[in-house]
Amino acid sequence: MYSFEPSDEQRMLIDAVERYAANDVREAAREAEESGEIPRALIEKGWEMGVLQASVPEEYGGFGEHSAVTGVLAAEAMAWGDLAIALAVMTPSAYVMPILYSGTEAQKEELIPPVIEAEWKPYVAALIESRFDFHLGEMATIAKKTKGGYSLTGEKAYVPFADQAESFLVYAALDGKTQAFIVSPDAKGLTVGEREKLLGIHALPTFSITLEDVSVPMDARLGGDDGFDSSSIVASAQTTIAAMAIGMSKAALDYALPYAKEREVWGKPIAQRQSIAFMLAEMAIEVESNRLLVWEAAWMLDDDQNAAKAAYLALTGASDTAMSVTDRAVQVLGGHGYIREHPVELWMRNGRGISTFAGMAMV
Amino acid sequence: MISFKMPEKIEQSVVIMETIAENMMRPVSRYFDEHEHEIPWDYIEFMHSSQKAMGGGGTLTDSEKKKKKEGPSISFQRLAFTSEILSWGDVGLWLCTPGGGLGGAAVNATGTPEQKERFLSRYRGEKPVFDAMALTESHAGSAMPAEVRTTAVQDGEEWILNGEKIFVTAGNKALVDSDGFVVIWATIDPEAGRAGVRPFVVEAGTPGCSVTTMEHKLGIRSSDTVSILLQDCRIPFDNILGSPEVVTKKKKTEKGFKGAMATFDATRPLVAASALGIARATLELLKEMLQEQGVEIRYGLPRSKMTNIEREVVDMETMLRSTWLLTVKAMWLADERKANTIAASMCKVKAGDVVVKITQRAVELMGPLGYSREHLLEKWFRDAKINDLYEGTGQINRLIVARRILEYSRHELS
Repeated sequence: MYSFEPSDEQRMLIDAVERYAANDVREAAREAEESGEIPRALIEKGWEMGVLQASVPEEYGGFGEHSAVTGVLAAEAMAWGDLAIALAVMTPSAYVMPILYSGTEAQKEELIPPVIEAEWKPYVAALIESRFDFHLGEMATIAKKTKGGYSLTGEKAYVPFADQAESFLVYAALDGKTQAFIVSPDAKGLTVGEREKLLGIHALPTFSITLEDVSVPMDARLGGDDGFDSSSIVASAQTTIAAMAIGMSKAALDYALPYAKEREVWGKPIAQRQSIAFMLAEMAIEVESNRLLVWEAAWMLDDDQNAAKAAYLALTGASDTAMSVTDRAVQVLGGHGYIREHPVELWMRNGRGISTFAGMAMV
Repeated sequence: MISFKMPEKIEQSVVIMETIAENMMRPVSRYFDEHEHEIPWDYIEFMHSSQKAMGGGGTLTDSEKKKKKEGPSISFQRLAFTSEILSWGDVGLWLCTPGGGLGGAAVNATGTPEQKERFLSRYRGEKPVFDAMALTESHAGSAMPAEVRTTAVQDGEEWILNGEKIFVTAGNKALVDSDGFVVIWATIDPEAGRAGVRPFVVEAGTPGCSVTTMEHKLGIRSSDTVSILLQDCRIPFDNILGSPEVVTKKKKTEKGFKGAMATFDATRPLVAASALGIARATLELLKEMLQEQGVEIRYGLPRSKMTNIEREVVDMETMLRSTWLLTVKAMWLADERKANTIAASMCKVKAGDVVVKITQRAVELMGPLGYSREHLLEKWFRDAKINDLYEGTGQINRLIVARRILEYSRHELS
């Protein structure tokens, strides 16, 4: 049966996350963007909502059952507040979820509880590489088999909190196949670069990292000797950022709409002009329709179906939605939209990064 | 609980519909495009007999068929699938499907149980029967039904209808080729504006009701589009759909009018689904033709690594799927008996856009092949456009969405 209604339990979680997003995240977002810093207490409060913890079974320290659908509902609600802060809160998810999806039993038991049972700590993924044609299926960072384990060489970018990371999950190509390895921040040959300067998400500290013949033991490889199939992780990565893109787009619509009803030109609100009203209608249509692509991809992940194509379409749709809807939100505000007093210019900058950010959080 | 699992009953009918679309519709698709106004009786007879065997069909949903107590209703959702798949086969033929079209949907949405029995039971007869809905008049399309000039005047136990309707889909089949009916929108109080507008059922053979023109169209050529002239056309008083209240009370009420408008909450997703059937047909053929040329679509790549054709196809698939899911949602809301006006208009807007975009791009991308009548792409390009026009143009549906999200009345936003 089709259903487009979250369960009561999901509804409760969404409500809680929505309150956090509106009362805490949104309030702090502009200052965090300008200062480049997110108060740790704010991240901790988001962490305590337990989105990730609820997605991890009890045996690994969590208190729930994995559900990508629940994850995307929460991710959308949180990103409505602010994308950078949502990515910060969910940073450990990009470390934990791949282990939960594809780790060996021993890896799950050893690696997940220290993340899940503690306060928020930067356990981070190093996935993205700084190339124009980078994509999740193809890593330029190389892993080579050595006597006692593996050796990693390459450069990673957009690694959040790399300067204070507890541990890294580094993706690299092993015989042409994307694999992932647990790397300690103290590993020899690992260097954390300068903090990156980006178009948007300034609140989130991201870094490049360099790996030069970094040695890791055999059991550092995700999934053990056989490794893992990266397809479900790629699908999860795409679906998650797509959900956040929808949340941010919805935020832009929710901001532009009352503004248009308030702002008058020639004696009546601009929202009463079709050129503005139609833009708002189209923004709403894009948010509503593309959200369903995200839900469907997440549902397929939960249903153990091959979600690769669905997730890819979801990201394609959500990325376009984010760009067009945030751009139009700026347009509706006119010159005021260009001023940093309003958040729409920030959302527009963040909107352009959606397809690039895939992998920074996972459900 | 959010779920995208197709109900088993729909899964079963999908298989049947696909067989019909592929074997009964596609092979004659081109023929009926090139022989405008010829009636596809083979298809019609087949659909009639299979609907009789299955106990109903067309746009009729559970409410007037035997309601089954088991499980939640899925009849609107099933209808979306039917409309999508049969339009994939051929949208012109789909519009020739007997046994419940837009007129039936109006009766179904707004009629009393007695009216439903009286007007809809004819679908179960020996011969295929059609119905139609007549709203547009020559002076106004989207301004309808507020600017209806066709009048209905009460005379004892009868209404007398006068006026002319244009652009009536399947009007000839409903009134001339079968013992069907047309739902005519007329005003019972011209002073009352839209509050006075009501739908009326006029049955085939009623004196004073005649088909005057058959249009020659860009596409959907197997479906007739006619003008209907009403000259002192007398119908029983009970043929009014919804309350006649506005005439009996001095205080004007829009209740009857608003009830009648509920029709569109069901028919708009239906048209959206139909549009998406054409869009899917186009996309599938496009991919097939590309494959024959050795062009594979590599999914999963960033845009910077794709060819232009790959990018086009992926964008088409994305817009097609998102719009389809929104259409299913609009129908799911209808089945759940929840308000679906916004979703209905939203999916109609986007489906109109999407089918036009996809068909236009496919013809362009296939170049001389796309433009040639050897293939169906050029036909679908022509068929597609109607979906951005009927059941409310893309613009009127944008207006509806905008009013709803802005919480504006039609006076505040027009």
